[in-house]
Amino acid sequence: MRNKWEEHRATALSVPDNEIVPLDALRAGEHGVVVEMNGGRGVLCRMTSLGFTPGVELAVVQNFGRGPLIALVRDARVALGRGEAGRIYVRRKP
Amino acid sequence: MRSESQDGEILVALAGQPNVGKSTIFNLFTGLSQHVGNWPGKTVERKEGTLAHNGTTYRLVDLPGTYSLTANSTEEVITREFIIREQPDVVVALVDAAILERSLYLVAELLTLPAPVIVALNMMDVAEQEGFRIEPEVLEAALGVKVVPMVASKNIGVRELLDDIDEVAHNSNAYKPKRPEIRADHREVLEEIEKLVAGCVPAPYPQDWVALKLLEGDHEITEMMRGCLSDGQWEAVHDVLRAHDDALVAVASGRYEWIGRMIRAAVTRPKAGQIGLTERLDRWATHPFWGLLILAGILGLTFWLTYAVGAPLQGALDTYVVGGLAGVAHTWLAGGPGWLDDLVVNGIIGGVGSVLTFLPILVIFFGVMGALEDVGYMARAAYVMDGFMHLMGLHGKSFLPLFLGFGCNVPAVLGARVIESRRARLLTILLAPLMPCTARMTVIAFLAPAFFGPAATLVSWGMILLALVVLALSGVLINKTIFRGQRAAFIMELPLYHVPNPRTIGLLVWQRSLSFVKKAGTLILAVSVAVWALSTLPHGEIETSFLARVGRWLEPGGRLMGFDWRLMVALLTSFIAKENSIAVLGVLFGTGEGVGLAKTLATIFPLSTALAFLVVQMLFIPCVATVAVVKQETNSWRWTFFNLGFLLLVSWGVGIAVYWIARLVGL
Repeated sequence: MRNKWEEHRATALSVPDNEIVPLDALRAGEHGVVVEMNGGRGVLCRMTSLGFTPGVELAVVQNFGRGPLIALVRDARVALGRGEAGRIYVRRKP
Repeated sequence: MRSESQDGEILVALAGQPNVGKSTIFNLFTGLSQHVGNWPGKTVERKEGTLAHNGTTYRLVDLPGTYSLTANSTEEVITREFIIREQPDVVVALVDAAILERSLYLVAELLTLPAPVIVALNMMDVAEQEGFRIEPEVLEAALGVKVVPMVASKNIGVRELLDDIDEVAHNSNAYKPKRPEIRADHREVLEEIEKLVAGCVPAPYPQDWVALKLLEGDHEITEMMRGCLSDGQWEAVHDVLRAHDDALVAVASGRYEWIGRMIRAAVTRPKAGQIGLTERLDRWATHPFWGLLILAGILGLTFWLTYAVGAPLQGALDTYVVGGLAGVAHTWLAGGPGWLDDLVVNGIIGGVGSVLTFLPILVIFFGVMGALEDVGYMARAAYVMDGFMHLMGLHGKSFLPLFLGFGCNVPAVLGARVIESRRARLLTILLAPLMPCTARMTVIAFLAPAFFGPAATLVSWGMILLALVVLALSGVLINKTIFRGQRAAFIMELPLYHVPNPRTIGLLVWQRSLSFVKKAGTLILAVSVAVWALSTLPHGEIETSFLARVGRWLEPGGRLMGFDWRLMVALLTSFIAKENSIAVLGVLFGTGEGVGLAKTLATIFPLSTALAFLVVQMLFIPCVATVAVVKQETNSWRWTFFNLGFLLLVSWGVGIAVYWIARLVGL
């Protein structure tokens, strides 16, 4: 029996390449290109100054499906809370 | 040509993003000539030092580490205000060669300010290890500013940097940087804003910079210009800004595009798929299970150090230094009045002693915190603990400082500085006094066996658990009410691991300890003397002293839990140091501090009162040293008194609740 979370994750994983997904849907080792970022001025400012801008390519280094995750962006490792990661939309790269 | 500062000194500002080795370079240049204080009115550390090179004196100011210059944090405001207002002769912008693109982001912002910039390309060795090949001359040609390759930790490139500072400071006419330009799609808007504010920008702010910050939606600059422009002018600016409220991300993207063009020819990137040391270590250190285990191991080691090294040192300091001083004072003052001897020995030397005996534990904790920060582990600890800390409205970074509160609340409060978000930092400081410190545990360990016999261990653990539960609930409560449930965004860099620099850590420990002795020390001494006076005057005995009168006056409050005035006085004196309660109880019950006291107490008070006393002791206002650093770190008497009031209320409330529950179950 699968719980709700696994259900949700399975849906996210079944999305084909090149689809736009929130960053937290990328698994460890997957790459993506940032398409859009949402949030208040403070959060956006922090995101951009740490290297996230539309068009940048990033890789997810660690994502256990819950809790924060780690992304590699512009050669820097950045930890993001799940909430913050959900505000960054990426185009999954094959 | 800009003249040098009036006294012939050259003013150099050191800027850079966090984790680029700024303090290593600053320490190399200035060594022990540093002055450490706070930026005026802020709780951000300000370090300044001097250095002589080729017959010129340089005054170096270490600016706080910031990722950008848009006013989101105090650090960012301090950095840009310093450069704009003080106009340093040279700004050394430190960048991490291994994270070149991202760390040049701050440089892109610095280049738009009116001070000559030199780029110090630090950590060239790490970049090479990671597979980057960087040609500094090519980057220099592209940026139009000096670029100095360095490995600060190995002293490489330091002399070259000094020579370049010298050259730029004495020849500012030759400084012709390529300034980043805004992306084409926002150029017109920027020009429009600049035209609208032209002539109204207060000196010394550069007009084009103000226009850019307005476009980025910078809060401080927006407020400033709203005050400077007439209503009509502001209306016009505001209309333009409202039509482009997405400009923040576009401006940032533009900066990275510019950086990309600048470094394209200078950098050869590593082949994808290389696995570095950091990635291998992080598979363990940031793992949800192994990461916690590693963290627990590190904490265990810290406390082992505290007990194995810190506690004996504390004891030795107390016996030999404090005891020795008291002995000398006794001999000197033997012929004088008794009260003078008492004042010097118990008031002054007692106060000095309590400051002094804090030092071994502080040194250990500052050392551990400094080492973990320098290695790069601090961010990992924050990462694995973030989910849990969020439940209390705290940040992952709050965990380590708070946890160190188990040893002593003072470093817990001081350690809260690592937290960038002001709200999370404040909350951490306010909660730190609820951590059961060793001094409180000493009191519990003494009293619990007398009352509870074989159940003493259980009661002691129960007290710790209670304190932690109260801490968590207080966190949730304060966060929900005063901070209205807002929480700091969790976006944090995990720096590359590197070998710690003993010099950096050593200087940090030295400065922090010195600052504690200087600042908190004076307050501790003053309160120590004041409480001594209250407990001695007017007749030289504590039983008839003013303090006893205060205790009797407060007794009705204590009656709610079965306390008499003597327990109240013991609580009051625990303000100097928690262990004082036992000594004072010994005097008040005429038994000394030995086993006799415990037995006497057990016959006088019922278990319910004893339990309540332990609870209050556990949650009561902290010792004066902790209060002193709470004031220092919040920079506000209002928050300090709020904290004291809150703890008073909580300790009394929980104490009364425990007392009545105990009575109900027949204790």
